[in-house]
Amino acid sequence: MKTNDVILQTTSKVVFFIIILFAIHLFFAGHYHPGGGFVGGLMTSGAIVLLLLAFDIKTVAKGFPIDYKILIGVGLLFAIGTAAGSLIFNVPFFTHVFGDVYLPLFGETSLHTAMLFDLGVYLVVIGVTMTIIQTIGESE
Amino acid sequence: MSLLHLAIFSPFLMAILVPFFYKGLRSIHTGWFVLILPILLFTYFIGFLPVTRHNQAVEKSFDWIPSLGIRFTAYVDGLGLLFALLITGIGSLVVLYSIFYLSKEKESLHNFYVYLLLFMGAMLGVVLSDNLITLYMFWELTSISSFLLIAYWYDRERSRYGALKSMLLTVFGGLSMLGGILLLSIMGDTFSIRELVSQAGELNGHPLFLLALILILLGAFTKSAQFPFYIWLPDAMEAPTPVSAYLHSATMVKAGIYLVARLSPIFAFSSYWFWIVGAIGIFTMFWGSFNAVKQTDLKGILAFSTVSQLGLIMSLLGAGAAALHFDSLNDNIYIAAIVAAVFHLINHATFKGSLFMVVGIIDHETGTRDIRKLGGLLSFMPITFTIAVIGAFSMAGLPPFNGFLSKEMFFTGMIQLLDLDILNLQTWGLLFPVLAWVGSIFTFIYSMMFVFKTFSGKYQPEKLEKKPHEAPIGMLISPIILAALVILFGLFPNLLSYTLIQPAAAAIVPSLVAPGEQLPVHISHWHGVTPELMMTIGVVAVGILMYVTLNKWIKLYTLFPGKVTLNALYDTSLYAAERGSYTLTKAYMNGFIRTYLVYIFVFFIGILGFTMWTQNALTIDKSNLAPIGVYEIVLVIIIAAGIFTILFAKSRLTSIIALGAVGYTVSLFFVIFRAPDLALTQLVIETVSVALFLLCFYHLPKLNRHEERMGFKLGNVIISVGVGAVITLMSISSHSNKMFDSIANYYIANTYKEAAGKNMVNVILVDFRGFDTLFEISVLAIAGLGIFGLIKLRLAKKGEEADEN
Repeated sequence: MKTNDVILQTTSKVVFFIIILFAIHLFFAGHYHPGGGFVGGLMTSGAIVLLLLAFDIKTVAKGFPIDYKILIGVGLLFAIGTAAGSLIFNVPFFTHVFGDVYLPLFGETSLHTAMLFDLGVYLVVIGVTMTIIQTIGESE
Repeated sequence: MSLLHLAIFSPFLMAILVPFFYKGLRSIHTGWFVLILPILLFTYFIGFLPVTRHNQAVEKSFDWIPSLGIRFTAYVDGLGLLFALLITGIGSLVVLYSIFYLSKEKESLHNFYVYLLLFMGAMLGVVLSDNLITLYMFWELTSISSFLLIAYWYDRERSRYGALKSMLLTVFGGLSMLGGILLLSIMGDTFSIRELVSQAGELNGHPLFLLALILILLGAFTKSAQFPFYIWLPDAMEAPTPVSAYLHSATMVKAGIYLVARLSPIFAFSSYWFWIVGAIGIFTMFWGSFNAVKQTDLKGILAFSTVSQLGLIMSLLGAGAAALHFDSLNDNIYIAAIVAAVFHLINHATFKGSLFMVVGIIDHETGTRDIRKLGGLLSFMPITFTIAVIGAFSMAGLPPFNGFLSKEMFFTGMIQLLDLDILNLQTWGLLFPVLAWVGSIFTFIYSMMFVFKTFSGKYQPEKLEKKPHEAPIGMLISPIILAALVILFGLFPNLLSYTLIQPAAAAIVPSLVAPGEQLPVHISHWHGVTPELMMTIGVVAVGILMYVTLNKWIKLYTLFPGKVTLNALYDTSLYAAERGSYTLTKAYMNGFIRTYLVYIFVFFIGILGFTMWTQNALTIDKSNLAPIGVYEIVLVIIIAAGIFTILFAKSRLTSIIALGAVGYTVSLFFVIFRAPDLALTQLVIETVSVALFLLCFYHLPKLNRHEERMGFKLGNVIISVGVGAVITLMSISSHSNKMFDSIANYYIANTYKEAAGKNMVNVILVDFRGFDTLFEISVLAIAGLGIFGLIKLRLAKKGEEADEN
């Protein structure tokens, strides 16, 4: 069966970037405004799922040659690494630090190790969601 | 975190780098990079010798999980240092040996070295932790890395069998030990070994004392392959030979001995300890050597020999417990048993390590380890033969090697028990020296078999896969170093006396050593004509006689029926357990998700409804309620409409869309109640799950409403209404019963102050309740990989069936 989904494909190409940008915004905004790694990750996966629906798994896999299972591992490594990293500084497991750092281009920026942990959450969520969706989708 | 902690963790950090070395620098054997670490660690730990030789200790500590009283206290005293040196020293030699043993083209070296480093770090953690919980964690990690290493050639059925067996037995012991540790901490209110030791007197009379003792000994005995748990060790020989040399003779199996030695100050005064450790040890010593003689595989001989030698050390630690019944060091002859245990521990690591490496060489150069096929290798492998003679004669207890010295001291320890008039030794005490003597005869026999069946006799080239030749020099370095140590320690045992042995022995019986005092350690070759010497001469005489007549009596072993062995017991009980759980699970798991949901929901309604009923928890408090607005009413109507659409929909697609609509409406509720985080999450989750439903649309069966019977529908109605009612009543009651103050105020006050965040929900997730999130994403990851595995497995099976058809 050949279907004609030109409209869906063209719009999703544009909408995809908007969603991704919004997802990244959500991720970074997390500490002060609604958002965070979990929602950000889900929304990123949502964007990829949109592409999956508009195109097919093979095309999307070509666009994102990522093994999502490895993404899960990387995410967990970030999360555990952030938590365990505090041990090196002689403070209990999972102690976060934060402070204002001057960065070129951004100026005075508030940085927080919680964000590294959240990055882990973000990656794990994308990894898990996409692994599940991809395997179920592929098994047809 | 101190340098000492870093040293313990460094193998784990190195393990992370191994895959990069393997992938990036294929032309160089990965082992060369790994080798650097144990050598560095060995030199680092040598630096502690000046401290420990005066019975001092180094302690470095940091809070790990302070709220649970779990600190990671690294504690280096004589005993810990001895083990750390063994782990890193033998570790270096084994890594060097493995470089030549495992080919870089054919073997998956990255797996091998990651597992090996994992083990090294875990083992260092075991022997250098003062906190019992950290010790336990590292203890289980050694079991896991041992499992992975035994199953290194996982395509072999025997490897997987051996790996599973060792895992089941040692983890069983480990869990018992955890129970023992928890009992100890209940009794002494601390996890620190030294604090427990300082309360040893009070602990002794505690009603839980005996239970804790037995549970902890279960852990030690399974790990150290004592009777009747030894059966995993011979099967663990499926591992590559460097692993057998390292884990299954020199280090990991000695973790149980370490534990017994370390906890001796707490338990050893008890007569149960003396009898259990001593009797099991001496019987294992006899049983292991007795069974070693009938083995035809060289590694099998060494495996049973290791069982036997571990029993020997264990029995010495048991006998040494008698020392605690005397108050001072003067005339305390039972100290000798402790000293002998420590000395033999070192000796065993040297000679058994070299023997394992010899077997590896023979296997590598001839293609077999079967003594029925081997013979006459002397002319091909003169160097290997020399090493084998040194190692095996030391094992047999012949002078001038180190095994002779510790074997004599072992006899001394056993004979001295006869003079003891406490602990009921008058009646059964004679068994100790007798079993020791008989066991030593068999030890002598299998040592001779090891050397002469392999290197002398008839050369049978037709039975060998390869033409034998001497091993490359790289493979010979490590066993030569170990054999040199065997001779060195044999000729000059007092090199070790006050540097390693005395501090380690003093750590086993700290109550007997006053500050500044040292235990007497005298090791000499000649004590005059003593009963020990007569026993050794007897061993050699009877041993030679029996070795010569071996063919006449070896048939006696076949008299033992094969069905009543411990191995058969293990196999049948494992089979029965698998069958039993299969039948039990089959009885209620029918493969329909609907049935499982029914179980869950019925249980849910039952237990919550029952609790609410009996606890009189159902209260409705209508004060303090917000007014219901127009929006809420509209949303409720939409939700109700969505639900009814699902109930009466004719096609599955309609139901899915209606379900999505319900979900989106719920998220609108969050918007109204000003919970933007929840609303956002709910919205995205609904989107993704609707997409997921659409994706698996193909797999779902067609919705068929006509065939549903009335009873089926009625059951559904009752359950769904029940769940709804219970949930509603529970939410109303929980709103009406405010038993505690809300914790919201704490977060409102501290979110910005403590965590510098303004979004409370997110700060709770990543900071205040970070542990929860960490575990949640771990569970999520496991679930994701699980789904991947399940679906791929099903596809693979389908493919196979298609091929068969």
